[in-house]
Amino acid sequence: MRRVLAVVYLLLASASAVAAPVLGTLPDAAQEARARALQRELRCMVCQGESIDESNAPLAADLRALIREHIKAGESDAQIKQYLVARYGDVILMDPPFDASTYALWLTPLFVLILAGGIAIWVVFRAARAPQGGAEGSS
Amino acid sequence: MTGEIGLFALCLALALALMQSATGFAGAQPTAVAARNVASASALGLFVFIALSFGALTYASVTDDFSILNVAENSNTLKPLIYKISGVWGNHEGSMLLWVLVLAIYSAAVALARRGSERLTSAALGVQGLIAAAFIVFILFTSNPFLRLDPARLEGAGLNPLLQDPGLAMHPPMLYTGYVGLSAAFAFAAGALITKERDWARAARPFMLAAWIALTLGIALGSWWAYYDLGWGGFWFWDPVENASLIPWLIATALLHSTLATERTGAFRSWSLLLAIAGFSLSLIGTFLVRSGVLSSVHSFASDPARGTYILWLIGVSIAGALTLFAWRAPSLEEGASFQPVSRETTLLFNNVLLAAAAAIVFLGTIYPLALDALTGEKVTVGPPFFALFFAPIFGLMLLLLPLGPRLGWQKGDLESAVRALAPAFLIAVLAAASILAFTTPFSLRGAAMFGLAAWLLISSGIDLYRRNWRTVQPGQIASAVAHAGLAITLVGIAGTTLWRSEGLEVLRYGESMTLGGYTLRLDGVSEVLGPNYRADRADVTVLLDGKIVAVMHPERRFFPAERQETIQTAIRTTIFTDLYLALGDKRDDTHWTLRAYVNPLAPFIWLGGAVMALGGAAALYGRVRRRSAIPEGAGVPAE
Repeated sequence: MRRVLAVVYLLLASASAVAAPVLGTLPDAAQEARARALQRELRCMVCQGESIDESNAPLAADLRALIREHIKAGESDAQIKQYLVARYGDVILMDPPFDASTYALWLTPLFVLILAGGIAIWVVFRAARAPQGGAEGSS
Repeated sequence: MTGEIGLFALCLALALALMQSATGFAGAQPTAVAARNVASASALGLFVFIALSFGALTYASVTDDFSILNVAENSNTLKPLIYKISGVWGNHEGSMLLWVLVLAIYSAAVALARRGSERLTSAALGVQGLIAAAFIVFILFTSNPFLRLDPARLEGAGLNPLLQDPGLAMHPPMLYTGYVGLSAAFAFAAGALITKERDWARAARPFMLAAWIALTLGIALGSWWAYYDLGWGGFWFWDPVENASLIPWLIATALLHSTLATERTGAFRSWSLLLAIAGFSLSLIGTFLVRSGVLSSVHSFASDPARGTYILWLIGVSIAGALTLFAWRAPSLEEGASFQPVSRETTLLFNNVLLAAAAAIVFLGTIYPLALDALTGEKVTVGPPFFALFFAPIFGLMLLLLPLGPRLGWQKGDLESAVRALAPAFLIAVLAAASILAFTTPFSLRGAAMFGLAAWLLISSGIDLYRRNWRTVQPGQIASAVAHAGLAITLVGIAGTTLWRSEGLEVLRYGESMTLGGYTLRLDGVSEVLGPNYRADRADVTVLLDGKIVAVMHPERRFFPAERQETIQTAIRTTIFTDLYLALGDKRDDTHWTLRAYVNPLAPFIWLGGAVMALGGAAALYGRVRRRSAIPEGAGVPAE
């Protein structure tokens, strides 16, 4: 889903006096698309549950500008993320990494699904074998 | 005086709640007729005094009584009347009072409706009285809304402008009606365990339905509000507060389906009891998450550790108590119903297993960052990708199996005739998915799957309705088809906006235009206008389609001086099939403004579907209330 550039770009752009059709964006469309994609994967640190792509907070605006500087400097997406994680920690990633502190997060759902499926199948088998007649129900 | 009347009424209500609880539990004994009568009368009295207390707070708010701290901190003379009323529950203390008011309404309804056996009703009233007492104590000792200020303030601080919105005025009462309605289901479940009454689900069903309808509408309203008020055009953010309402909805949905089988054949009896316990516990946890301030977001306008601790204890005690009761008594209620692998029970079982798994996973994702932080001090974010990864396939599988359910008989179904009946729906669904892949851009397998599933569900619901005999049909019989069609409509809306949304952001000078999705948007000017308690920059945007003017839209930015906050007021032009969505950005200079625009195809279907789902629920509720004396036992007629 495509979300938006924040309004705050304008402030940034007027400060750095870039003359682009929409201020604050990168002139190279491919680079801009990368910046947009990255923005959606990074969390606004001062908001709750918003990515920096959709936040009006000044910090989010700073980070959006920062991402573009790093992209212009020729860094890869992974390098930029690494840089931000080093500064802010894993909490900045909307999609948490798969490591010791999140094994439980990523593996529990699989466990839940396997367990749920197993229980369902077991219940079906048990019910199929149960004697008929216990089914008149309500007393 | 008003404040003292309110506080006094609340104290009396506490006494009545304790009385209701004691006599209700006593009335669970077979011979204690007098206790049962006292419990019923106490429930009515509880309602009267809570209503009086709530009325007193509302009166204080409407009459701008700034000698009451709560009113002084959350209201303002300039606020329009509707927000003086809705402001009563727009803050922590008042919203807790609303919670108890809704509980008292349900409790009075249980006492008046007498749907269960005398003993079951009495035990349920006992449980409700206990919950009411716990919450009234919470209000009196940690969140008293009637605290006085001396000297009184001349002017109040006002209400968060984001909350000054008609959608959000109705959102909390709706959600609470849902949350608290689950407490009625819980009360009946606990009452059933106490009295060993097997037929509790039939007695509890109207309350479950009311809760489910309210949760559905409450979630839809909240999502709609986020859509038009936050200005980003999104409708669901997997925010913890949103999840806190979605989890009880998933459980309530599972409960409505599992009890169908419990009522009919006695299957899943313990499981239904467990779901009723889980539903209420998760509502409490939701209340805790939102109210304690552990999540910092727009909803957590209350942050006080004493409150969080109390609610946490309340959750712990009620879950532990209920589970102990469950472990002790549930085995004696189970009867090992029998059904064949091809039967409606099996489809309901898969529905329940998948809904419960979805609820567990959303719960995990919501609670994980908090738990990890508390245990290790490490911080992580669990964002939308996690939820989407697991939620989408689980719901996909559930929707794929769903149409089979209503076509299979109880205990032993005929798969062949079900397949024959559903073949047209399946064919149309495959065609729909294929044409999405073939004729629309961008190429998206996920989009095709969503449209395919929606068509599958919609057509199969249509077949279900078509095959009814419309001369003799009962509202309860078409309820499930209507609700399932609503789900399909919501899915269409989600698929459409996710797949085909377009957006534009441009700086426009007065008279300049931008184009988006076939529309030409011309910024004619921005003028300053005054509202009752705000001033706004109001844009005039002329919308042209094929060179013809179709509308003039007015997105605004509002500034609220009392609260010193700015909000965005979006302008939305809807044709039902597509939304044109405008938000006014920043002012660059006297004649230049930024304009953000979105075209969200099919977006209104998201909430339309929610309304249709609620309509299905309402049909079921109406059917239940009307047939209350005649117990439906007609074999082969699907109940709801």
